[in-house]
Amino acid sequence: MSEIEKLLNPSDFEAFQKKIVEGRDPNRTAVAVCSGPGCLAYASGKVFDRFKVELLESGLAEEVTLAQTGCHGFCERGPSVVILPDEICYLRVSPDDVKEIIETTLRGGGIVERLLYKGEDGLPVQKESDIPFYKHQQKVVFGDNKRIDPRSIDDYIARGGYTALVKAITTMSPETVIAEVKESGLRGRGGGGFPAGAKWEATAKPPADTRYVIVNADEGDPGAYMDRGILEGNPHSVIEGLMIGGYAIGANEGYIYVRQEYPLAIDNVLYALEVLREIGLLGENILGTGFNFDIIVHKGAGAFVSGESSALMSAIEGRVGEPRPKYIRTSISGLRGKPSCLNNVETWANVPLIINKGADWFKSIGTEGSKGTKIFSLVGNVKNTGLVEVPMGMTLRQIIFDIGGGIRDDKEFKAVQTGGPSGGVIPEDMLDLHVDYDELYAAGSMMGSGGMIVMDKDTCMVNVAKYFLEFLSDESCGKCVPCRDGIDQLLEVLQRLTSGNALEEDLELIEDISLMMKECALCGLGQSAPNPVLSSIKYFKDEYIAHIAEKRCPGGVCKALIAYTIDKEKCIGCGKCMKVCPVAAITGEKKSPHKINNALCVKCDSCYQECPAKVQAVTKIRQADVITAFATSEEAANE
Amino acid sequence: MTQDKIDQIIDKFEAKPRALIMILMDIQHHNRWLPKEALERVSERLGVPLAKVQQIAAFYKTFSLVPKGDHELHVCTGTSCHLRGAQKVLDTVYEVAGIRPGETDSESKFSLTAVNCMGACSLGPVMMVDGQYHGRLAPSKTEDVLKNVK
Repeated sequence: MSEIEKLLNPSDFEAFQKKIVEGRDPNRTAVAVCSGPGCLAYASGKVFDRFKVELLESGLAEEVTLAQTGCHGFCERGPSVVILPDEICYLRVSPDDVKEIIETTLRGGGIVERLLYKGEDGLPVQKESDIPFYKHQQKVVFGDNKRIDPRSIDDYIARGGYTALVKAITTMSPETVIAEVKESGLRGRGGGGFPAGAKWEATAKPPADTRYVIVNADEGDPGAYMDRGILEGNPHSVIEGLMIGGYAIGANEGYIYVRQEYPLAIDNVLYALEVLREIGLLGENILGTGFNFDIIVHKGAGAFVSGESSALMSAIEGRVGEPRPKYIRTSISGLRGKPSCLNNVETWANVPLIINKGADWFKSIGTEGSKGTKIFSLVGNVKNTGLVEVPMGMTLRQIIFDIGGGIRDDKEFKAVQTGGPSGGVIPEDMLDLHVDYDELYAAGSMMGSGGMIVMDKDTCMVNVAKYFLEFLSDESCGKCVPCRDGIDQLLEVLQRLTSGNALEEDLELIEDISLMMKECALCGLGQSAPNPVLSSIKYFKDEYIAHIAEKRCPGGVCKALIAYTIDKEKCIGCGKCMKVCPVAAITGEKKSPHKINNALCVKCDSCYQECPAKVQAVTKIRQADVITAFATSEEAANE
Repeated sequence: MTQDKIDQIIDKFEAKPRALIMILMDIQHHNRWLPKEALERVSERLGVPLAKVQQIAAFYKTFSLVPKGDHELHVCTGTSCHLRGAQKVLDTVYEVAGIRPGETDSESKFSLTAVNCMGACSLGPVMMVDGQYHGRLAPSKTEDVLKNVK
């Protein structure tokens, strides 16, 4: 931002935009250092700092733009650095690589080959969009991250930012904006998939002196960070969407409810709002159109249930964020009793695109019932962990294997979980299912906000179901009995299962409790809480039966049911397991087979993980077989 | 934390009852926990019953009603980290420091918090020690990390 002059009318904005665009050389070299949460954890901040210093020293600081951008997506190989305009993508960059990048690429125009992505065939890939992880994606909402410094409104406007807002408030009536969003088929990206246009219309309809539009950035699904990626990397896209919504619905005040665990997102949004107020894109009589709008950021103090619409509105009012019965929807009586429209971060970020490119363009992407793209956080036991954006309708197999590169350590695939604590698991024979609200729902899972957690054969499905119930038990607000006690009762049954004390009739009990909860719980959290359990019983009943009838955990996870042993035929006596054992339960001479003393073993799994993949001598057996296993080895020794 | 500082925070929000959560978050941020005196002062200045202030303080995860240790451990227990062995990290912290999530050890050295997702899934299982990430934690590595915290 150079000299600040308030933009008073649409032509001011046009001139402002023109000046930014004309002042830019599309061929200028730019270095985009990813500072998404994944790369930051890999210390990308230090890489950025080093670039800053080294660029000055090399005398290139004037010719090269350096930016700390939002998430590029490929967290697995972070820190990621992309050199524009050629999109040369360097991965796993350390501060010590910076000098070489500057000399070889920025000054010399060459390539630092060792930092490039190398595929299974070992061949290096230079351009970011040619890397298999990116090649199969369709980045519509998330694509500009690497070209935008989240702190620069100029960057956003140079990419067409705020033109959708200007178009809406100067050339479209609120009704036409709503009609366009309705026509696009945009559905809520937060989980439920409610049509956004219908929600907007319902909020605009009831007579009221005040209405509110709200961004739900209380992303709480364990294992999901898409909204964080958008808000940190491209805050203006969400703000612009919210403003368009405000105009369409007739709201003059918008809220962004963002969890305080996302300090960078909060900072970037607050900064963006300040700049917007300075240039007159936020406040009274925006661009002389008579549209008044301002945005307040509310920090969420940490409660999963507060992501539910009525609970979130209570929290903004300064009360405990608990849901209320919704005989009257929040679109009629929401925040402070006024009609309020709550949409998720990703939903709002789609709005400017729809206004600019039209509903027909948006409809051209996706399936019959699910339009546009969806961002997923592809995590768990998958090779390429990261944030991915794909068109609706892509199959789970394409996402996990073409983009995700398959299962880590080339293990066998077992299941994929979508929808977080409200969703369910999907087994291998259903991998050709399309990513689509209705198809996922029919399969017993749901789209959810976009967590996609891949599980390999060493995962226990009963344990995973228990994990989600533990999470929900902690997060249930306790207001209604079906949820508060239902979750705890289910959890008790699952604890019996994982400790080997369950009975056959417990499976029926699970179904009974689940049905009661689905029918009677107050809000979505309680109604959907049984889903992770029910879907895993549906597809992995054999695992439940194994826990009950054979006291066996097929995934080898439930501590009470497993024991460790070393296959003396396979053991090469390398001693690695002995070294990591925290309780000295492993003994053996170098180069001769080792032994585990099960009486001492605490089942920490260290030896299993440490045993070289080629050897795999440490194996898991049934706890119930331990005594017999020892007897046989003793007998063998005697022989 | 002095009453002056608490009053400053309350004044910043014009002592509005609507800002109750924000005020408590600010106090938590500066003091790292919410002492009884602070809650009483907030209740008095905002004209909100103490029981309601306590209800908010107990409901949201951000707030701590007990003092925190010198070093804050955040173990990610998101689904991805869970699959990759977050429970083993928690178990190791328990073995070394004797604390479970939500607790502080008797010497006030460590406080442990379990968090849902840090967005560092590719590093899982992850633990943050005073803001520093430690990834791919096997039990032995977790132990080393904790022992190196001075």
